[in-house]
Amino acid sequence: MAEVLLEACAVAKHFGGVKALRDVSLTIRKGEIYGLIGPNGAGKTTFFNCMTGLYVPDGGGFTFAGATLRADEPHRAAESGIARTFQNIRLFANMTALENVMVGRHVRTSAGVIGAMLQNAATRAEEMAIRQRAIELLHYVRIEDRADDLAMNLSYGDQRRLEIARALATEPTLLCLDEPAAGMNATETAELRELIDGIRRDGTTVLLIEHDVKLVMGLCDRVAVLDYGALVIEDIPAVVQKDQRVIEAYLGA
Amino acid sequence: MSKWLGPRSATGILLIAVALIALPFVAALGGQAWVRIVNFAILYIFLALGLNIVVGFAGLLDLGYIAFYAVGAYAYALLASPHFGLHWPFWAILPIGALIACFFGVLLGSPTLKLRGDYLAIVTLGFGEIVRIFLNNLNAPINVTNGPQGITLIDPVAIGEFRFSGTSQILGISLSGPQKYYFLLVALAIFVIIINLRLQHSRIGRAWQAIREDEIAAKAVGINTRNIKLLAFAMGASFGGIAGGIFSAMQGFVSPESFSLIESIMILAMVVLGGMGHIPGVILGAVLLTILPEVLRYGVGPLQVAVFGKMLIDPESLRMLIFGLALVLVMRFKPAGLWPSPERKRELQGDA
Repeated sequence: MAEVLLEACAVAKHFGGVKALRDVSLTIRKGEIYGLIGPNGAGKTTFFNCMTGLYVPDGGGFTFAGATLRADEPHRAAESGIARTFQNIRLFANMTALENVMVGRHVRTSAGVIGAMLQNAATRAEEMAIRQRAIELLHYVRIEDRADDLAMNLSYGDQRRLEIARALATEPTLLCLDEPAAGMNATETAELRELIDGIRRDGTTVLLIEHDVKLVMGLCDRVAVLDYGALVIEDIPAVVQKDQRVIEAYLGA
Repeated sequence: MSKWLGPRSATGILLIAVALIALPFVAALGGQAWVRIVNFAILYIFLALGLNIVVGFAGLLDLGYIAFYAVGAYAYALLASPHFGLHWPFWAILPIGALIACFFGVLLGSPTLKLRGDYLAIVTLGFGEIVRIFLNNLNAPINVTNGPQGITLIDPVAIGEFRFSGTSQILGISLSGPQKYYFLLVALAIFVIIINLRLQHSRIGRAWQAIREDEIAAKAVGINTRNIKLLAFAMGASFGGIAGGIFSAMQGFVSPESFSLIESIMILAMVVLGGMGHIPGVILGAVLLTILPEVLRYGVGPLQVAVFGKMLIDPESLRMLIFGLALVLVMRFKPAGLWPSPERKRELQGDA
């Protein structure tokens, strides 16, 4: 059994009277691709937001890489090694693709205002390294020829890729993708699948929220199903697929 | 680096240098008043570039920027005038003024971190007014600011025995006070421009832009948005403080009425009109908005007399009319500003 990377322990979140998450507990192991699926409004994104610090959970908490995740400030999640993309792509629209990825290096670099003003050797070396790494990552997601284009001018598929590159720039141990295949055609989805597979092979654990059940079942090592904010099942795809409760949740039987 | 040392840009730099050196002498042909106007244009470049960090880079709408200018100006006035009997040297007070302004920047920044757009604008507007009203009323029970009368007889800038006020001979050339200040201001402005450029293309500069573009995404990639925003306020405020100190020394007199809301709005207009976030654009905006009113003042009055034989419209009232019209026209036809950054320009063309 592989080492546990992230453990969610009875995470609860409600908005007014709506219980978006009801004591969700799940475990993500190191090196796996973990799928989180469920019908619309099941609480998948809410779970993501709790984990990455955008929401403060009303109950429960997360243990990440053996330490309690401090969920009060979003930038801490990235610091501790959790990177994410967004369901509705959130790029820095008026910055170039390269700059977007360079921003992703922020959390792993340290140059401050004084360094920027003096432009001393250390700052210049760091700046070079940031640029170098960003270019590598653009190559990695295969949009290197769009490096100097504004993020907003990239095609939809390329924007998704750029968001992944930006997330990878933070050197995550856990990469969380929120519906990366949404709105993609079959070719793009196949390419995306290849990319995610490659990311896992290169040693990053992946958490995947997805509507495309085929993609999830084909790609993920284990899958959790949420419905009405509660965990229905957490198992390997073959078992999840046959589970009566999952079928009911999806078909509304 | 080669692009900076290429023959074409070397010629360009040389031409700019010659023009900058010649400018105060050319301006002096029209009288020392014109040299003072040029000086103010440079001072406003300074202020606009400081505000550009907050508004242009970090995207935080600040309508109370003049408060930091005021803080810097009064810091200098109090530490180098007969008011308290203190006469500290210019170079000691300038960093102190910057630090105090920086402190005020953080003071304004910290409670407003969660605010954006209109809400932030209203709070900063209030802050600017609070500072001005404090300066106006801090003459009792202890007389700190001398109230509406302001502080007079402020020491001019002096480096050792060399004073920047009055005429002096340097290398056989006679330089008036404003002309000497001009060279000091140009040196400081070049310094500020370099710092701005370096900040823009740095890790911090990118973090500011990221916050401007999408704060949630910026948080998600691990930017401590609280600290980085405070940094923008602090940096912007420091520049304002330095500009205030120079203003104080140059004028020899400060009073609260120099720091009214309209000044904040003018500086913001310089940034927006020129091209938000684009340093050459901001410089252009500052120069235009300082020089044009003066051209009107000295040009339109005599022109009316020459054409109609009498003064029909007071240039002063014409100024706001033309200024408003110019703003409307620019926003209609050049929404990214007169000289936008290439990226902004592309973006707006893309939308059309």
